[in-house]
Amino acid sequence: MKKKFKMENVDCANCANKMECNIKKLAGVNDASINFMMQKLTIDADDERFEEIIELVEKECKKIDAECRIVR
Amino acid sequence: MTKKQKQTLIRIIITAVLFFALLVLGYVGIIEKIPYNIVLYLIPYAIIGYDIFLKAFHNIKGGDIFDENLLMLIATIAAFAIGEYTEGLAVMFLYQIGELFQSYAVGKSRNSISSLMDMVSEYANLYVDGEIEKVSPDDVEVGSIIVIKPGERVPLDAVVIDGTSMVDTSSLTGESVPRRVNVGDDIISGCINGSGTIKAQVTKSFENSTVSRILELVENASDKKAKTENFITRFARVYTPAVTIAAVLVAIIPPVILGYPFDEWLERACIFLVISCPCALVISVPLGFFGGIGAASRRGILVKGSNYLEAVSKLDTVVFDKTGTLTKGEFKVTEIIANDCSKEKLIEIAAHAESLSNHPIANSITNSFGGEINSDVITDYHEIAGNGVEAFIDGKRVLCGNEKLMKSNSIQYKSVMTSGTVVYVAYDGKFLGSIVISDVIKENAKESISRIKQNGVKKCVMLTGDHKSVADDVASKIGIDEVYAELLPLDKVEVVEKLLKDENDDNKLAFAGDGINDAPVLSRADVGFAMGSIGSDAAIEAADIVIMDDDIGKIADTVSISRKTMRIVKENIVFALGVKAIVMVLGVFGIANMWLAVFADVGVSVIAILNSMRMLKK
Repeated sequence: MKKKFKMENVDCANCANKMECNIKKLAGVNDASINFMMQKLTIDADDERFEEIIELVEKECKKIDAECRIVR
Repeated sequence: MTKKQKQTLIRIIITAVLFFALLVLGYVGIIEKIPYNIVLYLIPYAIIGYDIFLKAFHNIKGGDIFDENLLMLIATIAAFAIGEYTEGLAVMFLYQIGELFQSYAVGKSRNSISSLMDMVSEYANLYVDGEIEKVSPDDVEVGSIIVIKPGERVPLDAVVIDGTSMVDTSSLTGESVPRRVNVGDDIISGCINGSGTIKAQVTKSFENSTVSRILELVENASDKKAKTENFITRFARVYTPAVTIAAVLVAIIPPVILGYPFDEWLERACIFLVISCPCALVISVPLGFFGGIGAASRRGILVKGSNYLEAVSKLDTVVFDKTGTLTKGEFKVTEIIANDCSKEKLIEIAAHAESLSNHPIANSITNSFGGEINSDVITDYHEIAGNGVEAFIDGKRVLCGNEKLMKSNSIQYKSVMTSGTVVYVAYDGKFLGSIVISDVIKENAKESISRIKQNGVKKCVMLTGDHKSVADDVASKIGIDEVYAELLPLDKVEVVEKLLKDENDDNKLAFAGDGINDAPVLSRADVGFAMGSIGSDAAIEAADIVIMDDDIGKIADTVSISRKTMRIVKENIVFALGVKAIVMVLGVFGIANMWLAVFADVGVSVIAILNSMRMLKK
């Protein structure tokens, strides 16, 4: 399933790149991209575990920038 | 400013006051007399830098040792350790100012681009049982009736059922001349209604309406990253570790092996750490593309991805479909050659004879005749298939048609050599003259092609199903280099494939068509331009770049926007890397200090952002 989320407080372009890179490595994530300019996360992940994966994704992002948030 | 930015600003102001006080104390020579005066520096340092501390700590836990926060911290702490209190504090202080300015500038550019996209109406006036109700456009169902008042934005795609008005489509097409709409005409969401109140029936739901689709396209455009962007992303990943390792080497090798003073080389190493963040690069490239895409959409050109904008800058061949792209696709009388009467008389007689026919050629003749058709005088009208028409006007026999018709009625006619279609007219057994009908070349076609070539495109090719003579004539008039005529739709793909073989990574090929029946060619080319596509879903789907109206000049605009975008992106890359490299070299030789290093870090970012913003200026 492919879905888009708005993100908040992603302040640095390089952080967005790092997040994108780390999210892609998560199990169950087929593809992911973070659009720094639009502050948008597009994620393609396995259907059954989607909610769970989003949780993991948010955790991964927070590792890089504690203040960022995925708006759901 | 966001809440977070305001907080940072307050911290910066407090730190600035304390820092200034410390500088004054240092200047008058009091500071050295205070015992443990490091504490006086650490207070503002903590105020300005505590979040960097937290972030760095957080990231070490996350296992990221090449984090710019941590490196910044190490650099400033090292400065304190070697007794350079002022430098340590100053670096942190300037870094935060730079970060704030950077975040503010990015926010600003984000806003200015979104405001370009500000074409969604907040509400729709739903018309139910004679009452008007304001609702969200999202809630309006297809088939409902809405009322659009003067000055309001059209909320949904609809068809006018009552009233007339002038509609301003400029936010969609960049076209500033308002369009007149009457009952039965389609109106497209995102346009602004002019003077009249109109009632319209909704034809598409909000998410399928033109405006939503356009917004989605533009928002997604920066997801499709350009090659330059991917390169910079990969580069950024190795840049930080490489600079950090270089810093370690600078700190260790000269003192240990060559016996130079450790303090001095530690300070030089710190300079490396301060410029270890690749942010200036990482941000300025997508921002440049974002600005380019924004600038294009303001002119009614939708670019579906940064990668396409990049490809356009490398175009070396542009292939045009003729009808509807270079020509208007409508047939018009272009020449009247009267033999033995006035031109007006000739066209009047022809228009009367053709007035009962539905053939496109007949229509163009009747259209070019300005006066009223008096149908009472026409008798015994009939069509002679493949040849023309015969009719009696005021009892006199009129023949309008091709050469065959003239020959079979043994009329002495004068043959006309032209690229268009010729209609010969005979009246009462005598040849009256001929009318030339051809597809009209767009007024700005020639100028646009020369503008495309000025921007570095080497070859302009034209494809058409028309006769070779017609095609060559059009091509020579507007400066086309190569013509492929008498093609079937399938042949067009073949020709484009053949042309594509000559292209390589640095030379791209674009195809421009009306997007209606050339979808396969559009998708086959490196870049597919669809023209005149407002409201046509299929064309928007198939193309890489959508031109909302049918102005061929916009292809030239796109080429120049893409060149400008690439120039800005390259400037940013060269500038950012250049300044950093120079500061590093100067740092090793002890010429640059940490102040300069902060400039090379955040100062360069800010300048790169401002440079990218130029794209949005007209």
